[in-house]
Amino acid sequence: MSVKVMIPTPLRVYAGKRDSAEFSAATVGEALGGLTTQYAELRKHLYTEDGNLRAFVNVYLNDEDIRYLAKENTPTKDGDTISIIPSIAGGAS
Amino acid sequence: MATTTQPQTVAKSATSLSNEEILRYSRHLIMPEVGMEGQLKLKNARVLLIGTGGLGAPLGLYLAAAGVGRLGLVDFDVVDFTNLQRQVTFGTSDVGRFKSEAARERLSNLNASIQIEAFETKLTSENALDLFKDFDVIVDGTDNFPTRYLVNDACILLGKPNVYGSIFRFEGQATVFGMPEGPCYRCLYPEPPPPGLVPSCAEGGVLGVLPGIVGSIQAMETIKLILGRGENLVGRLLLFDALAMKFRELKLRKNPNCPMCGEHRTINKLIDYYEFCGVRGEEAPGPDVQVPEITPRELKSRLDRGDDLFILDVREPHEFQICNLKGHLIPLGELARRVHELDSSREIVAHCRSGKRSAEAVDFLRKAGFRKILNLKGGILAWSDEVDSSVPKY
Repeated sequence: MSVKVMIPTPLRVYAGKRDSAEFSAATVGEALGGLTTQYAELRKHLYTEDGNLRAFVNVYLNDEDIRYLAKENTPTKDGDTISIIPSIAGGAS
Repeated sequence: MATTTQPQTVAKSATSLSNEEILRYSRHLIMPEVGMEGQLKLKNARVLLIGTGGLGAPLGLYLAAAGVGRLGLVDFDVVDFTNLQRQVTFGTSDVGRFKSEAARERLSNLNASIQIEAFETKLTSENALDLFKDFDVIVDGTDNFPTRYLVNDACILLGKPNVYGSIFRFEGQATVFGMPEGPCYRCLYPEPPPPGLVPSCAEGGVLGVLPGIVGSIQAMETIKLILGRGENLVGRLLLFDALAMKFRELKLRKNPNCPMCGEHRTINKLIDYYEFCGVRGEEAPGPDVQVPEITPRELKSRLDRGDDLFILDVREPHEFQICNLKGHLIPLGELARRVHELDSSREIVAHCRSGKRSAEAVDFLRKAGFRKILNLKGGILAWSDEVDSSVPKY
């Protein structure tokens, strides 16, 4: 299944400035694994040391939050879009 | 210090518009979706804007123009020259003035028939509930994570809608939190990012017009909430990519286990949000490890002495073009891949604009085995301040 992963602006610097990447994956977890394998620096921004998705990073399959689906085991199909939505606050802090 | 205006005893609701108001708002009144009834709702509405910066500018302007009867403006900050690129309520002559007061003046000039109060105060756990309770809608136009959580929690505790907008570079988000059937900020982000992991506007930059668009969307949502018209963004996260000029939408669900707005609330009062977000004191600390530093003056002395130092610049190519210390440029994002360009037997001084990115670089290189590496404290900005003022600041 060819799945597109959208990379949010704050993380593009760790992904060779790309705004998206395509992977062959059967689940959301596999697609994210493909992403962090290709761009190793992304790993620490997306995952904690014990391998869990960080709580300030939300992952969506199409328009649904994977927390309400099967999390990283959510199956994907051809043409699906995975979006990574980190929290942003703008401004000067 | 804070010039908090005492909230008026709740006045009797306005039941009519003056002839002048009817003329001013005629373009609202001739629309059946607004009409006299809608305009009176606006007149009786009390909206509190948290932040009068990039998002606060269009918010204040459009809500004042629309005739929101009472507008509160909360901001303790002072207008800075670099704000003028996007904070369009201010003029060059306002630089140095308190934002809340400069905004109040501008908005009063736009519409003297509404009540505008400037709260030149920092929003804290101690004052938020008192400040919010006399308003109907809270609009979050702030610029830091602790305040986002504070605004959220105060709104949930008081049962007030929270019209949320946020921006980064050329992307924006907007939604409405705090409605009884909808999610809250904690449903979306139960935990804040550790400090230093998400760049701010000062570090990441922002297209000036972006908060103009997102703030206008927030103003639109606020007006719709007051009028009770249209479909609002409750349960919907609107994502805007300005460069692609695309809007996308994601579903925001209310988390049944949310400690704030879920079925079993475990948070019943406001907490220390700076502690929650891991930010201590005025400045967010850099990455977890303290890195060895060198000040600009120390660097200058050592260079003048003829020390063999390798200057590593971890900024972006477009920044190098603004000004540079003739360092070897490896943007931070490329460092891991280009580390072979560095000689670990030489003493290296890493710098960026303000010292934050270079601290990350030093931390990374130390973990990679580099022993002779220092971070230029304060970056090229500090170099300009302390060593060579001909170097432009940006």
